[in-house]
Amino acid sequence: MFRSKIIVTLRKSILDPQGKAVEHGIHSLGYTAVKSVRIGKIVELSIDASNKEEAERVIREVSEKLLANPVMEDFTFTIEEL
Amino acid sequence: MKLRFAVVVFPGSNCDHDAHHVAGTILGQDAKLVWHKESSLGDVDVVILPGGFSYGDYLRCGALARFSPIMKDVVRFAHSGGVVMGICNGFQVLTEAGLLPGVLLRNTSLKFVCDYVHLRVENPDTRFTGRCVKGEVLEIPIAHGDGNYFTDEETLKRLEDGGQIVFRYCDRAGNSTDEAKPNGSLSNIAGIVNEHGNVLGMMPHPERASDPALHHTDGRIIFDSLIESFIPALSH
Repeated sequence: MFRSKIIVTLRKSILDPQGKAVEHGIHSLGYTAVKSVRIGKIVELSIDASNKEEAERVIREVSEKLLANPVMEDFTFTIEEL
Repeated sequence: MKLRFAVVVFPGSNCDHDAHHVAGTILGQDAKLVWHKESSLGDVDVVILPGGFSYGDYLRCGALARFSPIMKDVVRFAHSGGVVMGICNGFQVLTEAGLLPGVLLRNTSLKFVCDYVHLRVENPDTRFTGRCVKGEVLEIPIAHGDGNYFTDEETLKRLEDGGQIVFRYCDRAGNSTDEAKPNGSLSNIAGIVNEHGNVLGMMPHPERASDPALHHTDGRIIFDSLIESFIPALSH
């Protein structure tokens, strides 16, 4: 079994109004050192695969087909064997 | 001859009955509701993907509805030239399904906006706008939190050049200003068609502005245009 965390974020070129709103909140708390905020999603998967390569293939495929929309989002992932 | 309308019902659709009422009762056509688990649309002329919150907008608006069993047949129908109209959430489903380019992002205000807006008819040469004149202003309601149309520059240019931008948000006088767009939409885009012109996606709700009982009937011209486009002698 493998466990993966997939992080989906809005592409850099796309305005993230949610991130902007949170950035303003952080600034109003006084943390002016925070220069930018981007918000994304984390998806955790447990994958029954015989090896790491197969698990990675599944992760990439479901991320490209469903979890992220390539028009507006990028994804990265981590993987660990259980 | 009556046209056969199919309105797809996803879990979480909430404008399905409005669209069905307009097609069947107001326009006097044959209209049926088709549950998303069906595998076939049956014999139909027009498919409407209605507004609402399919699958609770989980993951992304429209992302899960796109995998409903009926969508295979909707894609087949669209690819064979069938007329498909996606309204609001239906527009989001069409972009997720790859039947229309681009994506609908969160409104820049982060607010859900429920209001009447003005739309300028950019292209009267589509089967959805044949009864309009270029530049005509329609007053039609919107109700969405994710209506901020976005696509890359190359696609935007292709949409422009191909006359695929059908409606733009504008003010009462027909000016497409930044203030006139309720959601931050790229180039004030409110509705587009695919390159063959048989698939329309729009965020505003023409089905909510078609019944005279509601006193707003500007949406009706879109349905009337569509019906007229099926009559060969009258169509463009």
